[in-house]
Amino acid sequence: MGASPMNKTITIDGKTVPFVDGQTIMDAAMAFGIYIPHLCHNPEFEPHGSCKLCVVSVNGRNMTSCTMPAVEDMVVANDTPELNDDRKALVQMLFVEGNHICPACEASGNCQLQAAAYYLNMLSPHFTHFYPQRKVDASHPDIFLDLNRCILCELCVRASREVDGKNVFGISGRGIDTHLVVNSASGRLGDTNFAATDKAAHVCPTGAILIKRQGYKIPIGQRTFDRKKISEVQMELIEQIKPEPDDG
Amino acid sequence: MPFELETAANPDNLQRVVIEPVTRVEGHGKVTLLLDADNRVHQARFHIVEFRGFEKFIQGRPFTEVPVLVQRLCGICPVSHNLAASKAMDMIVGGTPPPAAEKLRRLMHMGQILQSHALHFFHLSSPDLLFGFAADAGKRNIAGLVADFPDIARQGIALRRYGQEVIRLTSGKRVHGTGVIPGGMSRNLSQDDRDYLLKEIDQVLRWSLDAVKLIKTIYSEHADLYNGFGSYRSSFMSLVREDGAMDLYHGGLRARDEHGQTIFDHVDYSRYWDYIHEEVKSWSYMKFPFIRSHGREEGWYRVGPLARINNCDFIPTPLADAERKTFKEFGGGSATHATLAYHWARMIEMLHAAEAIEELLYDDDLLSDDLLNTGERQLRGVGVIEAPRGTLIHHYRINEDEQIVRANLIVATTHNNQAMNEAIRQVALQYLDGQQLTEGLLNYIEVAIRAFDPCLSCATHAVGKMPLEVELIDAEGVMTQRLIKDSDGRYRT
Repeated sequence: MGASPMNKTITIDGKTVPFVDGQTIMDAAMAFGIYIPHLCHNPEFEPHGSCKLCVVSVNGRNMTSCTMPAVEDMVVANDTPELNDDRKALVQMLFVEGNHICPACEASGNCQLQAAAYYLNMLSPHFTHFYPQRKVDASHPDIFLDLNRCILCELCVRASREVDGKNVFGISGRGIDTHLVVNSASGRLGDTNFAATDKAAHVCPTGAILIKRQGYKIPIGQRTFDRKKISEVQMELIEQIKPEPDDG
Repeated sequence: MPFELETAANPDNLQRVVIEPVTRVEGHGKVTLLLDADNRVHQARFHIVEFRGFEKFIQGRPFTEVPVLVQRLCGICPVSHNLAASKAMDMIVGGTPPPAAEKLRRLMHMGQILQSHALHFFHLSSPDLLFGFAADAGKRNIAGLVADFPDIARQGIALRRYGQEVIRLTSGKRVHGTGVIPGGMSRNLSQDDRDYLLKEIDQVLRWSLDAVKLIKTIYSEHADLYNGFGSYRSSFMSLVREDGAMDLYHGGLRARDEHGQTIFDHVDYSRYWDYIHEEVKSWSYMKFPFIRSHGREEGWYRVGPLARINNCDFIPTPLADAERKTFKEFGGGSATHATLAYHWARMIEMLHAAEAIEELLYDDDLLSDDLLNTGERQLRGVGVIEAPRGTLIHHYRINEDEQIVRANLIVATTHNNQAMNEAIRQVALQYLDGQQLTEGLLNYIEVAIRAFDPCLSCATHAVGKMPLEVELIDAEGVMTQRLIKDSDGRYRT
């Protein structure tokens, strides 16, 4: 398939951004070099639209940019104080809804939730902590599943289903009781065919899915977000997975 | 007289004097005194009234997380908890750290000893030692120190900063770093970092030597006061190296009784419970450890700088060992038992730490990349280290899923629990018995507690601002005196 000519454009924060049919606002923005904060989105998987961090204002209406197709002449506002305040509040809510103890978490420095909080200038959780009772599943010989840190982005669900072809994870419950479940008769990760080499074991944006015995092996200063902001890391991911240009 | 004043024979109708809180470091402590109508002391207790619960809430966590988690026990000596837990985890992963990793850990630990001892001596205790225990409270603090002894105040800050830099470059952060991992280290020292630390080491050594001279002079000039203040004889326990040398990072346990006779020696700490038990008392959240063979009544002991200096056969660095000999001669050749001798011993250790840092910095192993060893998984791990305040024991059990199922931590201050109680009882008898209470006299109690640099007595770490409230209630239950010290250091009645 040859690349469609990018003769259509949208406007993001006053900049004219080209796109091809089928691209979302997020796709077009990131390809152009405009960063839109996000947590549940990963360009390697189908868009999900659940974390709401990527909400932008499209012709005056708020929409998730990772799921909204770009349409000719859309006027998009992204990097505005109002939207960034909303994004910060969303991250703050994620922090208090789970149990995110950064000081002792081995994902610290590699955690997208933490990095997003820094990026959005979150200085405190602001809201009252829920301190929910969540399960820890250490039954797998190589993987530690800590639901205290799950933000329900479903990246592991999607990766296991779409890439690994295993369907290890799923989401159950409704509303505030929504939670990640493991698809085995016992509900234990150790009773699935999940493997540390699976894609799903490496897509968690927080420390909910950890490979055992690897904690803290990357020293402070060399962790992902010690060196780069989340915006740079996520923009680089777009570059890495960009398909090779078609010769035709 | 170990337990003479622990419980009054007849507590009815005695006046209760409470000093609460004594401290804000690592929790809250208070002192209670029961006095009769003539202000004679019948009971003196140092209570720890806070419960922290680390041993409980790490249950279920992966063992790799624990060394980083438990170092949050303390902001002053996190390295000690980090290292003790990591040594326990070394056993669990079945890997002895390679030489480079052990040396990096030792360097980090020496940075910790240097900064913690400097903080305690220069900023928390020196106001008492330089101005006098009952000197004007408005002067007896860090501000007074800066005004009257600016060089000493500056040296304290500079020494502490240097220690923190050693910690930062080995752990990744000045406080609560992550450089140590089960089986070794995740980082080495770069050539640039080594050169940076070497630039200042001569100055650090000089100041450390000056600090020993300072406390030696103060002690010698007031020998009767310092030898007698809150003093008693006791057993001592510490780690020693195989050849009897002082070793703050690793070794076997040695305990000697009040006469200097060996109780046990070169004991493998991984079975510490064969030698030490802990007793619980209803009036304190802190347990009372004792040496099993000597029983609950006689088995209490002291740990920390004084125990280590007294217990070791020599210090493996020349300047500190020379000072150890002087210290020993001053004590008549046998172990010095004076409570305030802790200060002197602490400064000898700080000098040792500075010397050890210099020695390690010239070791090329620090630049090595061979930093990790693992072997056969074990389900139990015990790590023991000599923290700035004394012997620190971490003991963990994990399950087959690599989660913590049980933890037991015996921190230095816990070992010293009975000893601190003894010290305040002695001081209460020596100085408060039958006296009208004043702020200066209350400070005598704190001076005795401070000598141990207890982690719970952040009174010392609150640099003269710890709030105190003392009430004197007469035999009829009527309050006759009240003295309140606010957190801003001001007094009111």
